[in-house]
Amino acid sequence: MNPLVLWFHKLGSPPTFYRLAGRLLPWCYGLALVLGAVALYGGLVLAPSDYQQGDAFRIIFIHVPCAWMSLFVYAFMAVNGFIALVWRIKLSETLAMAAAPVGAAFTFVCLVTGSLWGKPMWGTWWTWDARLTSELVLLFLYLGVIGLHQAIEDRRQAARAAAFLALVGIVNLPIVHFSVTWWNTLHQGSTVRLFGPSLIDARMLWPLLTMALATKFWFAGSLLSRARVDLLELEGGKDWVRQVALAADAAPAPPPEASA
Amino acid sequence: MSDFFAMGGYGAYVWASYAVFFVVLAAEAVLPPLKRRRVLAGLRGKWKRAQRREGSAP
Amino acid sequence: MSYGSTAGACRALLARDLRLVWRRRGDALNPALFAIMVVALFPFALGPEPQVLQRIAAGTVLVALLLAGLLSLDALFRSDLEDGSLEQLVLSPHPLALLLACKIAVHWLTTALPLLVCAPLLGELLNLPPALRPVLLASLGLSTPLLSLIGAVCVALTVGMRRSGMLLALLVLPLYVPVLIFAAGACNAAQNGLAFTAPLLWLGAGLALSLVLAPLACAAALKISLT
Repeated sequence: MNPLVLWFHKLGSPPTFYRLAGRLLPWCYGLALVLGAVALYGGLVLAPSDYQQGDAFRIIFIHVPCAWMSLFVYAFMAVNGFIALVWRIKLSETLAMAAAPVGAAFTFVCLVTGSLWGKPMWGTWWTWDARLTSELVLLFLYLGVIGLHQAIEDRRQAARAAAFLALVGIVNLPIVHFSVTWWNTLHQGSTVRLFGPSLIDARMLWPLLTMALATKFWFAGSLLSRARVDLLELEGGKDWVRQVALAADAAPAPPPEASA
Repeated sequence: MSDFFAMGGYGAYVWASYAVFFVVLAAEAVLPPLKRRRVLAGLRGKWKRAQRREGSAP
Repeated sequence: MSYGSTAGACRALLARDLRLVWRRRGDALNPALFAIMVVALFPFALGPEPQVLQRIAAGTVLVALLLAGLLSLDALFRSDLEDGSLEQLVLSPHPLALLLACKIAVHWLTTALPLLVCAPLLGELLNLPPALRPVLLASLGLSTPLLSLIGAVCVALTVGMRRSGMLLALLVLPLYVPVLIFAAGACNAAQNGLAFTAPLLWLGAGLALSLVLAPLACAAALKISLT
């Protein structure tokens, strides 16, 4: 068998993933911190003041990356949910469910920082325009997925039901993204474009993109950390978990009971 | 320096936003390892109880 | 072993569900009573001034019917789950999506139709302008089946859970919001003298899509929940 394919299949095994995730974790967080520091320096110190919004625009370096992450994590959750429903891969179930709280956190930060940015700029903490409403709906979808996952006893069935719900809600993703073009919104339109020039000064763009990358690595770190814990819980009775638990215990471990 | 904190008069909003960001992301990093420790301790306790039960039952 | 045709199965299921609801027809009117009570609370809360009530009338009726529909969703699968016929339905050789579409249709007929009949009365309680009544009924006629269909998918995910009321509301409300936005949009446009057909057409499109997709999604969700 092709070694790459073999490695990919091995990755689906919980103990292998647990070990790999443990090794990747510090790198993810480390990269996130370094990139974040660079982005913050660029955004808070180097970038010039906006001619319209003054220094309040600097919230963009937090608000926009969190908004992007809220959508990205939902897509990640939905893709893994699809894999979990179709191919019943345990690891996909775990990754999908581990991503949900992180995505909800990013959505929450996006909404709160947006509100804090809206008060001085628009004069209001909240408005029911298409972008804000659909982002709030996204938060409720995340909370629904988390709630459903916690409500079902059988962990694997819970993950599949919650994954199904996540897939039902995927229709909200294009709504959030295109809300500023499809409707008349108070929220400004897209300025950062994937194809073609962006409508934002380069000195503001690079800290924004760097911070977006930093939040991606932070998400990866948080995801791997949560996935590891979820795997420990899911596989509680298995031998590899026992070895991990005994190794993690500081006191000398008692000899395992001889099987009767 | 005080200009930096004042942020052109918008200091409260800007720094409140950054504070929310840092607190939430820090929580995301700190809570899973704490849960991991709890889960492992719980599992160890469960095994000790199972061992004791097997040891005492004939 | 021979079994009847799919059409025969659907007919039998429709007849059975209608008969079961008829035996407890008092209970079937509970959502309508709930909607009336909710609507009646608003004049007490906001004061009986006709102009104020007139502005919120259409939206309040929509929300009251939405909440009443939410309460009645649990009854869709509850009794079938408890006596085991839901599992029989899932195991049957007939297409599950079609059987579920029949169940959802009966559910809409027995819970939403009484509400639709009540809607003019509820509008009167809130001083709804008479010109608005046909628009309100049209938007209700399009949105209540949508709510039944979307609600059925979410109920299928939580079937068998005790005390699933709050969780069901949490699951269903994000999906209900777009329906409510378009229904209320039509009513508000009509109230302001603007063109109101566009939101109604959007609702119609959503309904057409859901009529096909929701029973399929509901079947998939039931299979997940009942394994």
